[in-house]
Amino acid sequence: MNKRERPLSPHLQVYKLEYTMLLSGGHRISGLALSLAFVAVVACLGALASGPECYAWVAGLLDNVVGKVIFAAAAIGFCYHFTTGLRHLRWDAGYGFERAEARRSALVAVIVMTVLSALCVWAIFC
Amino acid sequence: MADFTLPANSRYNEVPGREFPAAAGAGRIKKFKIYRFDPDSGQKPRVDRYEVDTDRCGPMVLDALIKIKSELDPTLTFRRSCREGICGSCAMNIDGKNTLACTKSITEVKGDVNIFPLPHMPVVKDLVPDLTNFYAQYAAVQPWLQTRTPAPPDSERLQSKEDQEKIDRPSACILCACCSTSCPSYWWNPERYLGPAALMAAYRWIIDSRDEATGERLDFIEDSFRLYRCHTIMNCVEACPKDLAPGKAIAEIKKLLVSRTV
Repeated sequence: MNKRERPLSPHLQVYKLEYTMLLSGGHRISGLALSLAFVAVVACLGALASGPECYAWVAGLLDNVVGKVIFAAAAIGFCYHFTTGLRHLRWDAGYGFERAEARRSALVAVIVMTVLSALCVWAIFC
Repeated sequence: MADFTLPANSRYNEVPGREFPAAAGAGRIKKFKIYRFDPDSGQKPRVDRYEVDTDRCGPMVLDALIKIKSELDPTLTFRRSCREGICGSCAMNIDGKNTLACTKSITEVKGDVNIFPLPHMPVVKDLVPDLTNFYAQYAAVQPWLQTRTPAPPDSERLQSKEDQEKIDRPSACILCACCSTSCPSYWWNPERYLGPAALMAAYRWIIDSRDEATGERLDFIEDSFRLYRCHTIMNCVEACPKDLAPGKAIAEIKKLLVSRTV
């Protein structure tokens, strides 16, 4: 039988969405989103360097609900990427690979990122 | 490039599956939904549903598969041999996770038991995937002792107890392919990324104190695809039915590659 006729077994369609894939996928997506959010940071810095009028104009653009929501989203993304990034650094050093250790570090990362995110959102909106 | 959807010939929910109800007077019933593909039928894959009387069945998923094959549907095809988790033949995707059917208890699964072949592999028939590529990758890491110096004239090549302990765990791999086929990186680059199983086999020889091809082995593996498609997703560690933490072996290879450049 021709090998090309063989069907491909289902993968994403059937694999249980476990914390491993969720955290890893979130780490990459948040990294990508943060690199886009960085454009806004550079715009602010550029405006700051161009003088007070320019900065006031950019600050006016961002100092409203839409701007705050964007900042809050970026802050949450940063908290997420930062904590999962620390987890990856620990792995890169060769630690925490056993199943129980990986589950524990995932739980710690989720708790830390939630607390940090809540603090950031509170600081932005209150 | 990663293709997140299945090709047209691989979609398994277009052809309606068949029902195999339990015989009258059956005890407690568990429903098994099993992926079926018959290469001779010219049909697309489908999912058949079997009702198994668990009061008259062994405790493991493999027991149920054998019962289905002998009592309900002799056409159901799967690999199995040792029935005690040492041969690796009955690796499949059960309840969304790769594991061995012979060591997976039926009662561990809540609700219906979904059984699919190992993910993102060409299917030969039903639950039997084509492992040619997987075995070729294992062969590519040259999993045998390689020496340059002549063997001692009056003894074997000896090794300390501590050195043996380093290879105990990676040597225990049964090549069931649960880890590699659980890895999204392996799904998207099955031809270029070696996958956790082959990399752990490579690691087993890299750290063997008797092996003298360490440098060549590291040279072969140091590649943005062969090794560095591993992004530490950790599905391999979750999946390994022998608890061997393949991700750890990959990380140790990465560390060795860094340490030899500094």
